[in-house]
Amino acid sequence: MSLAFLRDALTVTLSLAGAIFFLAGTLGLLRFPDTCTRLHAVTKADNLGLGFIVLGLLLQSESAFGAGKLVLIWLLALLASATGCYLLGRWALRHQQEEDRP
Amino acid sequence: MSDAHLFDWALALSLLVTTLLLLGGTSFLRTAVLFIAFGLLMSLVWIRLLAPDIALAEAAIGAAITGVLLIDSLRHMEWKQPRDRGSRTRSAKTRWAGWAASGSALALLLILLSTLPEIVSPRAGLADLAHAHMEKVEHPVTAVLLIFRSFDTLLELGILLLTVLGMLAVREEQQLDSKSLRPPNDLMLEMLVRILVPLSVCIAGYTLWLGTFSSGGAFQAGVILSGAGVLLWLSGHRSIEAIPHGGWFALVLVGFGAFVLAGIVTVFWQDHALQLPSEHQYLIVLGLEAAAAISVGAGLTALFVGLHPRHFKTPPSSA
Repeated sequence: MSLAFLRDALTVTLSLAGAIFFLAGTLGLLRFPDTCTRLHAVTKADNLGLGFIVLGLLLQSESAFGAGKLVLIWLLALLASATGCYLLGRWALRHQQEEDRP
Repeated sequence: MSDAHLFDWALALSLLVTTLLLLGGTSFLRTAVLFIAFGLLMSLVWIRLLAPDIALAEAAIGAAITGVLLIDSLRHMEWKQPRDRGSRTRSAKTRWAGWAASGSALALLLILLSTLPEIVSPRAGLADLAHAHMEKVEHPVTAVLLIFRSFDTLLELGILLLTVLGMLAVREEQQLDSKSLRPPNDLMLEMLVRILVPLSVCIAGYTLWLGTFSSGGAFQAGVILSGAGVLLWLSGHRSIEAIPHGGWFALVLVGFGAFVLAGIVTVFWQDHALQLPSEHQYLIVLGLEAAAAISVGAGLTALFVGLHPRHFKTPPSSA
């Protein structure tokens, strides 16, 4: 088994893992009952799903610069996702009474 | 059928389905979200057409900026109960206007379609130009866009300027205020702004420079700048008020002005308008594109802010 084949196989596996997290996150966003649980589901897709896909793509990147850009994209998504989740969660907590109403 | 074809068909079909859902939607929020989805699908289409520049612009403008604008407008309307669009009764006049507009759009489309054979059939000048560019890029759409790049940017800037003027007209007529938002006094948000805004400016500069030899350019860089501007505005950051009213006008006008000036100058010194001289071309292109990027950034932010926050009813509290 050649090294190139092993690398490709690893990329496919990692990307699939990422895709599964995205699918689960989307399913959670659609099916979970309230804001906080939905946020929980969708941030997993952002963090882990994108993380796995970036990891898979890192194996295929030709230059250190390209790899650095991929990691930077993941870090930015983490930052935005974490802050966005926190802001939405805080808003949901403050408007709990309104949300509880049917 | 190869896998790529299967993907293309699926993409085209989902684009059509999204459009139908979008047009038939009953709630504003649903329509806005579908519009964002449409923009993302459209950018995938551009990637399949091997035009990553347009894909970038489509994702950034069609999905991101327009999406945020639509949802922000909804927030100012009736966020709680989206109005039922289907049950709204239309007056006879509106209905006739609608039919007339659809009819003229259809007529225009037919006229455009009838000219298609002429465009497709090789004409001497354009065909040579396109072939010269085809060695560098693989897709004809990208080649034509590269040839008309300066005209393309000039017209885009013109449209953006018209949009800002339209917004100003509505603003004056309806006497709308754009009060700056109260700073939420939040450590997390403050930190996000402090990291993202300087980084966005850096990435915009990088994208602008990339545009001189690869995917990227003025419009993409401008949209990234406007992203930073919108973030500043929505997070209630005070620095957005630092630019005076006239400053906003200058920033929005500088790109269009630079291109019009270049057009006028090149009419006299070159063969045709916007044909840039081959010496110093790199610097001239970079300068023009930088001006365009600043205008796009300022223009899109101005659409959000309403050119400039006019009234400061609430004194800036210490955040």
